[in-house]
Amino acid sequence: MDATALLTVLDSGLRLSIPLLCACLAGLWSERSGVVDIGLEGKMLVAAFCAAAAAYAAGSAWIGLAAGVAGSLIFALLHGFASITQRGNQIVSGVAVNMLAAGLTAVIGNAWYGQGGRTPPIEGPQRFGDAVLGHSVLVCLALAAVPITWFVLNRTRFGLRLRAVGENPAAVDTAGISVSALRYAAVMLGGVLCGLSGAYLSISQSAGFLPGMTAGKGFIALAALIFAKWRAWPALGACYLFGLLDAIAIRLQGVVLPGIGEVPVQAVQALPYAMTVIVLAGVIGRAIPPRAAGVPYVKER
Amino acid sequence: MNPPRDLPKWADVALVPALSVAAAFLVAGLVVLGIGENPLAATRHLVFGSLGSGEGLGFTLFYATNFIFTGLAVAVAYHAGLFNIGGEGQATLGGLGVAIVGLEAGVLPAVLAIPLAILAAAAFGAAWAFIPGYLQARRGSHIVITTIMFNWLASVLLVYLLVNVLREPGSMNPETPGFAPQVQIPFLHDVLARLGITIPPSQLNLSFVLALAAAYGVWLLIYRSRLGYAIRVVGANPQAAVYAGISPERVTIVAMLLSGALAGGLAVNELMGYQHRLLLEFTAGYGFVGIAVALMGRAHPVGIVLASLLFGMLYQGGAELAFEQPKITRDMIVVIGGVIILFAGALDGLFRRLVARLVAPARLAEA
Repeated sequence: MDATALLTVLDSGLRLSIPLLCACLAGLWSERSGVVDIGLEGKMLVAAFCAAAAAYAAGSAWIGLAAGVAGSLIFALLHGFASITQRGNQIVSGVAVNMLAAGLTAVIGNAWYGQGGRTPPIEGPQRFGDAVLGHSVLVCLALAAVPITWFVLNRTRFGLRLRAVGENPAAVDTAGISVSALRYAAVMLGGVLCGLSGAYLSISQSAGFLPGMTAGKGFIALAALIFAKWRAWPALGACYLFGLLDAIAIRLQGVVLPGIGEVPVQAVQALPYAMTVIVLAGVIGRAIPPRAAGVPYVKER
Repeated sequence: MNPPRDLPKWADVALVPALSVAAAFLVAGLVVLGIGENPLAATRHLVFGSLGSGEGLGFTLFYATNFIFTGLAVAVAYHAGLFNIGGEGQATLGGLGVAIVGLEAGVLPAVLAIPLAILAAAAFGAAWAFIPGYLQARRGSHIVITTIMFNWLASVLLVYLLVNVLREPGSMNPETPGFAPQVQIPFLHDVLARLGITIPPSQLNLSFVLALAAAYGVWLLIYRSRLGYAIRVVGANPQAAVYAGISPERVTIVAMLLSGALAGGLAVNELMGYQHRLLLEFTAGYGFVGIAVALMGRAHPVGIVLASLLFGMLYQGGAELAFEQPKITRDMIVVIGGVIILFAGALDGLFRRLVARLVAPARLAEA
């Protein structure tokens, strides 16, 4: 493999890691505040659909982005309502979000455009073109979200409170700060980031929406979040690693390596999942989630 | 997961799930209206498509068989306080077990080959559930995340095996060759025809009987056996279980094994009963709908069978509906499933409070 090929793989690894990164940071915000979110995949899908539909209708990629974020926010609020206000089971709510998103986007997409759920192709100003070094503006936004997340979470009062609410909500409540407000804030930030992720998929990386186009990226993002142990900079590393694996898998399709034979692409594809299980099992390091993650907060009466 | 308010049992068992289903249909109706179709006509097509003919009814029961298996799988784990969303992956592995027997058992008579293949489905499903169960019990790895990862690992594994190892020689499709006839579970219309009864042909096969037997078995297990008692104690309070001399670790692993084995039943119905070969993505989301079935059926076998019949109707009726009103695709079922999971699962408390206010104002006043 020569230098150009290497650079191409590194570059496409970056492209493929962007949707993972946004969704991973979304999960980071949510789970750091104590709300487990396995509905990342669903929110990405909704955002991808809304972004493509709005960009096609309005002829502007920015309006598409806004619509994607709005669609994702609605589902984030639904998850927030179920898990914060109603103190429901957060896993169940996440599963519901995923199914609703998969079903609704396919039904509505098919009813509106009659192309088996696809939106019409997005082109020209409807799409985010290459702006910086062959990458779109959304890539810059996603990369900027990493230091911002790190800074806000670790260097501001809001971030401290948010982390506290994910570890010991009762203590935060005793200090007279609203647990629900903080958790809603976190869930909505997650919604915005998932919106970015979905919009990138449909109106920047591809040119239009396909049913089920997230294809498990939301779950790989979840895996990356565990891999990164719920921290922003490692999340960037984990997502880039998983994006790179994806790029390598695409590159290795049908390639015969001397001595090994044809590389099973599936082995490379399985790596993110297998690595996450290994990390969860505590074989290499230990992934400890925020202490209050998944536990609804009940104010004592 | 203690209920926020005490409800009379009939309200808890019947009213809350009924309200969830009603709400789900309301939402689905709104979606149908939103895309400019007539929800009443859609309901009519759905009901006639699923129950209006013997053939439709057969297909309804065929789909219901899938949901009974996946619903029971979710329920058994749920009683132990575990949320197994790995039904898809466990069923995929179950399919692999079926295929191995199905492709190799040409020498055995059907009396041996069919039970062997069913056992293989259960064993492979259980094995795939064992690892997340073991990791949860011994290493504290969250079962939800590990089962999600195992779903993806299973799907990647199946792609690899079907493309590279098990594919029928000379075929372009990632499918195995057809199974030996001895592992094919007979269709109900064939069985009844032999007895001189004619029913319209459908995919319905004897796996349906197996599913009902499994439901009865799960009822016996959960409510009438020591192990079932241990499972429920661990689900209700793992600390108390320790004081009662029950090992939560052991129960966690056993419950996951049973759960995975039940999920393998999906492969029995779908592959041994109908497809007669192993193919990609035969699980088709049944594992996830099983979550809706279990939540709606309140994790009780009777409730699960009823909920499975409802989802079977939706699947079969949905196919007819998509034919009559092409704008409403079968993805509508996924929407309905999602709304039922939302209302019967995550927003459970909302309905309980509503019902409590309606049926038990006296209790509320005491509280």
